[in-house]
Amino acid sequence: MSGGVLFALAGIGLFVLGLHALILRTHPLRKVLGLNIMGSGAFLLLVAPAGMPPDPVPQAMVITGIVVAVSATALALVLTVRLRETDGER
Amino acid sequence: MVSWSLPWEAVPVLLPLTGAVLTFLWPRQAAAVGLAVAAGIGISLAALVPEMTVGEGWRHPVGGWTAPLGIELHLDALALIMLIMTALVGLGVSLHARVWFHGRQAARFWPLWLSLWAALDALFLAADLFNLYVTMELIGLSAVAMVALAGGRGALEGALRYLLVSLAGSLFYLLGVALLFHGFGTLDLALLAQRADFTPPVMIALGVMAGGLLLKTALFPLHFWLPDAHASAPAPVSAVLSALVVKASFYVLLRLWLALVPAGVAPGPGLLLGGLGVAAVFWGGFQALRQSRLKPMVAYSTVAQVGYLFLAFPIATAAGWRAAILLLLAHALAKAAMFLAAGNLLRHAGHDRIAGLDRIPQRLPLTITAFALAGVSLMGLPPSGGFVGKWMLMEAAMAAGQWWWALVPLLGGLLTAAYVFRVIGHAFTPAPPGPVARSIDSRLEWAALSLAVLAVLSGMLAFWPLGWLEGWP
Amino acid sequence: MRKSEERRAAELALVMLLGLFGVALGWALFSLASFTASLRATVAGHLPGTGLANPVTAVLLDFRAYDTLLEMAVLWLAVLGVRGLGAVPPGHAASPGAVLDLLPRLLVPVLVVVAGYLLWVGSMAPGGAFQAGSVLGAAGVLLLLAGSGLPHGWRGRRARLAMVAGLIVFIGTAWGTLLANGRMLAYPSGWTKALILFIETVATLSIGFILMALFLGGRPPGEEE
Repeated sequence: MSGGVLFALAGIGLFVLGLHALILRTHPLRKVLGLNIMGSGAFLLLVAPAGMPPDPVPQAMVITGIVVAVSATALALVLTVRLRETDGER
Repeated sequence: MVSWSLPWEAVPVLLPLTGAVLTFLWPRQAAAVGLAVAAGIGISLAALVPEMTVGEGWRHPVGGWTAPLGIELHLDALALIMLIMTALVGLGVSLHARVWFHGRQAARFWPLWLSLWAALDALFLAADLFNLYVTMELIGLSAVAMVALAGGRGALEGALRYLLVSLAGSLFYLLGVALLFHGFGTLDLALLAQRADFTPPVMIALGVMAGGLLLKTALFPLHFWLPDAHASAPAPVSAVLSALVVKASFYVLLRLWLALVPAGVAPGPGLLLGGLGVAAVFWGGFQALRQSRLKPMVAYSTVAQVGYLFLAFPIATAAGWRAAILLLLAHALAKAAMFLAAGNLLRHAGHDRIAGLDRIPQRLPLTITAFALAGVSLMGLPPSGGFVGKWMLMEAAMAAGQWWWALVPLLGGLLTAAYVFRVIGHAFTPAPPGPVARSIDSRLEWAALSLAVLAVLSGMLAFWPLGWLEGWP
Repeated sequence: MRKSEERRAAELALVMLLGLFGVALGWALFSLASFTASLRATVAGHLPGTGLANPVTAVLLDFRAYDTLLEMAVLWLAVLGVRGLGAVPPGHAASPGAVLDLLPRLLVPVLVVVAGYLLWVGSMAPGGAFQAGSVLGAAGVLLLLAGSGLPHGWRGRRARLAMVAGLIVFIGTAWGTLLANGRMLAYPSGWTKALILFIETVATLSIGFILMALFLGGRPPGEEE
């Protein structure tokens, strides 16, 4: 089994695992982690099938995707923190 | 190729983004910058309209690189109509927001709003799958940040759920992009339309992307996040979310469908979307009727109205698509007006309990008129855009031999009438005196009313942009 | 806590559904994908014209620079959102402890140099603005953890300018090229490498600063919006 195939399957596996956590876990932090794992899965699926030598367009897409994921995760985490601070309100 | 005229199609993206940065650095002049941006976009659209003849439109290869190497913008009739819709709603909302927000909230609002405007325009112009992903993320983050503007637990909860949902939807979409890219070696929609045939693996890829997009468009049963997010946001933000943001993912789905799904093949997916649309219309309408507060009611109305758009998928004829576009446009104007009016009522009375509406016609005549006119379009009464759109949809259903879909706009209109008249009825009756009512700036009322009047007139005015869609898709 | 029967059944159904989903995805992937090069040749063909030797940088900052511009906007939007959610409570009063006191003093200069190197080498080998910016951001996070807070000069208008500088440069280039030759982000020939390096440098600084601000998690104390 070539490396590309293995990593692509891993990507699908990660996506499904992350989705499972996103749906079933109640704590916002776990949901955010689940989303991140889903993201990693999607990125693997973008990059892996091209194999070696690396295909530049998927690599660029994943770099962009990682930045987007970091930005969104940061916002989600700060929202979670602020939400915890209002615990007891309303 | 050197061109002497400005390629106006790039301006609706670059100008609001520039404005966003400027309002971030100079918050004092934020509203002025915002209105200048609206004017600039208006000018660029006015420059683009004369060049829009029936046909394919044209493409702008960004960086001079054509697909599949580079990203191309595609301006055709549909994209232009979307840009015009965004500009009209955007202008109305900007005029409202400039009075609505003060001080620190205003300083935070304008960079977010102008970024959202740029992102929406970028999405409508996009023809590249990954470009669409980035624009959707841009839209999602700015929308979430705006929902959280109001502060308070409800807004934060709504914002967080919205963010998680938005991210999940984008990731499903990205999965499909990966599949399609590795299958056909391009991210460009036009090239994909040529290269891809509608085989089961492609159906799976499209299905995964559709799943994500349906989540973002809040089609029943994936609508659970919308009422909280749209209701707890400040009024101008709710207007933009319901009028424009949910339509963006619908637009992407429409483009994907038209590119990849050949006509007359496999009625299954279309039937599924149509069925969910019917469920949305009735579930959303029923829930709207049950609401005790105004803003959640308007939010559920969005859930319902989105359902109509999906009736075009099983019908799958040009007439059906055109009807959906008109409904989309009319809803944008009407729903924005309705949310702005609801916001005015909320600020005036200090609460938005429907039963507590107290003699509004005497105090806020313009606002209640705006609400009523918006309701006219949502119900589908002539001459509004809602009426013409529903009529076209029913005609298209009949012509396609699927007459049963035509019942949905009729029955749905009755439900809409029920929850709209409920509000108007309460508005006319006196209620127990509550906290002292604030008087509100008349400019807030005029902004709502202008959009509502546009919604009512859109039925007649629509024939002009619909003419561009002749022969489309 | 014992889960009810219904909940366990629902969870099981979900797991089976997800498993089915995964299988369908895998099948679709193997039916569709060629598992060989796709756009590699096209990129390689146009690479010499850009003056760069790293194809990924060429894709990010030339062929698909528009996506990168929008992505810079995404990063900035996240910081806007975070700042809008409230101020960071003041008071990193506690002494950071021996390790955390020494570590930044040793590491931050190294990180800055590494960032500079990554930025410069990006035109030839893996590296570039985002990688360098991340390293700078890490340096900033280290400073925050050690309790130094933001450098005193970087408050208010200057901080905002730092965050938005990369985006400004990118947008400015877009406007300039649009007006000059009618194609957004079409670099004049011969200027490609220089423009890319310029954009990347400013972007690196912005990215580093934004990442630090994101870690801070709010408006810096004492700053009005």
